[in-house]
Amino acid sequence: MDILNAFVAFANFVLVPGLTYGSQLALGALGITLIFGVLRFSNFAHGDTMAFGTAFVILFTWWFQSMGISGGFLPTALLALPFGIAVTIAMVLGTDRVVYRFYRQQRAKPIILVIVSAGVMFVMNGLVRMIIGTSEKNFSDGSRFLLDPKVFRDATGLAEPLAIKTTQAVTVVVAILCVAALFWFLQKTRTGKSMRAYADNEDLALLSGINPDRVVMVTWIIAGTLACIAGTLYGLDKSFRVFVYFGLMLPIFAAAIVGGLGSPLGAIVGGYVIAFSELLVTSAWRKIAGYILPDGWLGDGLYQALSTDYKVAVSFVILIVVLLVRPQGIFGGK
Amino acid sequence: MAEPFLIGDGMTGGYGTVDILHNCTISVEKGQIAVIVGPNGAGKSTAMKAVFGMLKLRGGAVRLDGEDITTLTPQARVRKGMGFVPQTHNIFTTMTVEENLEMGAFIRTDTGIAGTMEQVYDLFPILKQKRYQPAGELSGGQRQQVAVGRALMTQPKVLMLDEPTAGVSPIVMDELFDRIIEIARTGISILMVEQNARQALEIADKGYVLVQGANRFTDTGKALMADPEVRRSFLGG
Repeated sequence: MDILNAFVAFANFVLVPGLTYGSQLALGALGITLIFGVLRFSNFAHGDTMAFGTAFVILFTWWFQSMGISGGFLPTALLALPFGIAVTIAMVLGTDRVVYRFYRQQRAKPIILVIVSAGVMFVMNGLVRMIIGTSEKNFSDGSRFLLDPKVFRDATGLAEPLAIKTTQAVTVVVAILCVAALFWFLQKTRTGKSMRAYADNEDLALLSGINPDRVVMVTWIIAGTLACIAGTLYGLDKSFRVFVYFGLMLPIFAAAIVGGLGSPLGAIVGGYVIAFSELLVTSAWRKIAGYILPDGWLGDGLYQALSTDYKVAVSFVILIVVLLVRPQGIFGGK
Repeated sequence: MAEPFLIGDGMTGGYGTVDILHNCTISVEKGQIAVIVGPNGAGKSTAMKAVFGMLKLRGGAVRLDGEDITTLTPQARVRKGMGFVPQTHNIFTTMTVEENLEMGAFIRTDTGIAGTMEQVYDLFPILKQKRYQPAGELSGGQRQQVAVGRALMTQPKVLMLDEPTAGVSPIVMDELFDRIIEIARTGISILMVEQNARQALEIADKGYVLVQGANRFTDTGKALMADPEVRRSFLGG
């Protein structure tokens, strides 16, 4: 039995990727939950907003690279990120002005807004395909590893390597910064409090003189920013393909609903719950089990509950179970 | 006679095509308490909402301090110095007591907000104790205090209360009425709708008995209490 090697293998194959993927889902789910809380509908276009933002980050990255600007050991995309965010914000505000505002003024039912957002989703998806194409794009540069597996092995003398990719470290750090900034904004600033008040009780917020147009605008700005950041981090960590982002919508929605729609804290917890569930179910546990089980107990199998092809099913199952058992989610959303 | 501080004069109107209010007049003098009572469905809350602009009037006018405010939105009336406490959903349940009060003062740009908050805490000491607690976790009576406190944060000249004692115990009700009297003593006019007609008329400078959206009896609270017909019909003998 070799606990240390087992733990390193666990960290390498589950913990580090889970934290990374969970952070990406959490940032996406925060956008969903904010839109739901303030605008009161489930924004199906969020996955494609992420793709849209990422596409522009990639374009800016290429442009910077062609001019010889780079981020050193960090990905150049981090320099391009603010510009991508600006374009994304312009896009979501434009969409709100052209599409959503009309339905808001009609006081349309949430279900209508959901269908409308599905329409926006298709338009945005097509736009992204036209702008950057359907093929896979890798735009990560800089140094590949923050913690090189060979260095780790040489330093510790363990049989198992532990690798932390630069993009994984960047993801977690950026996610922490974003979440801290968002919570500070929501808890401490006047505008943030007015957003919470508006989400809590719209009529009373209006009676208190809170300007709904401003709240809506700020919400879109934050949601657009988070979408662009989440998409870019996911693209850096894995790669960019429009249809993958379209598919990301499911785990992101699952994360937001598991945590409780409308609850920012819930969105974060939900993101990690979904990410770790997917990884725990689809990882091959053979290597880790090999270190823990007594000699000769290990059979031939991979000790993998589900093929990674089925990881979407994990989000689906969790989503259905949560909706059946606790529809308000962990943190009691709406 | 000089015009009252706030008057809904000959109001006629309703939510759809059917009128609920018929030439209904409600007014309150500066620093006084006016109470609207009447049977269920008499249009009490509707009359209050009409004064606050939440209802389109087909006839009549609303004047505040002599100024015609009939066409103003409720939000604009808040800026003119009217505070409104709805009957239900009148607090931000997920926010702390203090944040509720801050949101009440949202339209204020002056520096005296902290002072007003202290005044509210002096009026409702329990709120100071629970200032960092989510308002949704408080008891019914405490929630009403938060709701009234929130409305007071704009430093209104008129405070309108829609059944402030609905669903609270008799002891809490008495205390709320005491606080309302205290508020009126500071010069704020109070207009309120009440289910508990007897207790409300006791503290009222002026009482309005509405029946089917029209004024039936209008007099001082004491006189209405003494009126045998009002007693028989509306106060249970």
